[in-house]
Amino acid sequence: MATIEGLLRQLDTLLLVVCAFGALAAAVTMLFLREPMRVALALVTSMILLGGIYGLLGVHFVAAFQVLIYVGAVMVFIVYAIMLLERREVEVRRYSRLVVPGIAGLVVLPGAIVASVWKPLPSPVHELGDVSFGIGAFSVAFLTEYWLLFELTSVLLVAAVVAAVAVLGVGRKDARRG
Amino acid sequence: MDRTQLLIGVAVALFSIGLVGVVVRRNVLVMLMCMELMLNGVNLSLITFAQQTATTVGAVVVFLVFVVATVEIALAIPIVLLLVRDKHTLDIGAYSELRG
Repeated sequence: MATIEGLLRQLDTLLLVVCAFGALAAAVTMLFLREPMRVALALVTSMILLGGIYGLLGVHFVAAFQVLIYVGAVMVFIVYAIMLLERREVEVRRYSRLVVPGIAGLVVLPGAIVASVWKPLPSPVHELGDVSFGIGAFSVAFLTEYWLLFELTSVLLVAAVVAAVAVLGVGRKDARRG
Repeated sequence: MDRTQLLIGVAVALFSIGLVGVVVRRNVLVMLMCMELMLNGVNLSLITFAQQTATTVGAVVVFLVFVVATVEIALAIPIVLLLVRDKHTLDIGAYSELRG
């Protein structure tokens, strides 16, 4: 029995490593692909693998949100915009003049963050992935302890709807003038 | 290297790759997607630390980040559509007059 549990644990870790490096590889690919649609597909791959990581860590509802909201809503919206705009596009240079500072930043930023965060990392209360809490515990915490954030979220959504309508209004005015 | 260190390393790498993408790429839509990648890196670190401390607060903040990301895209895409209608290009260099 203990052997089976050990094997399952190892399989779990293996899947976690595969998902983590897969997500990283897809993210790196985004820097090199020219076509926005391919970049979007690489980002979708990265997001789905991150969803897999959340599932393996035991936060299944965040994994579901990741797939439903990020992949299902945000990325579909972006793909829709790419399909709308791609035909008009002439040729965009792939990289800006800031390639060298950008690459330098890629080296310096993770180095600085890791150097500042790595050593003081507190020892875990539980082994990562051992604690899983469902949508019930999350909902109770959200609506009791963090109710103000919940309300602020709804205010933010209303503000976003008003802003989107205002942006569309500006677009219509410009179209009439043009 | 334990699981926490691996996942925090991946989160930092995702954030950095996204930031580099925003700096070096010229296509506005690709820049937006790189911003989403940065948010994904932040989410991964939040979930990792929440799991490490066995609290729900990380998941609550991740939910808020989901909402913010959705709002950001819902506003950014119409703005990009309007800009492209005006300039007929997705190149960020063409929008330099927006500098203020």
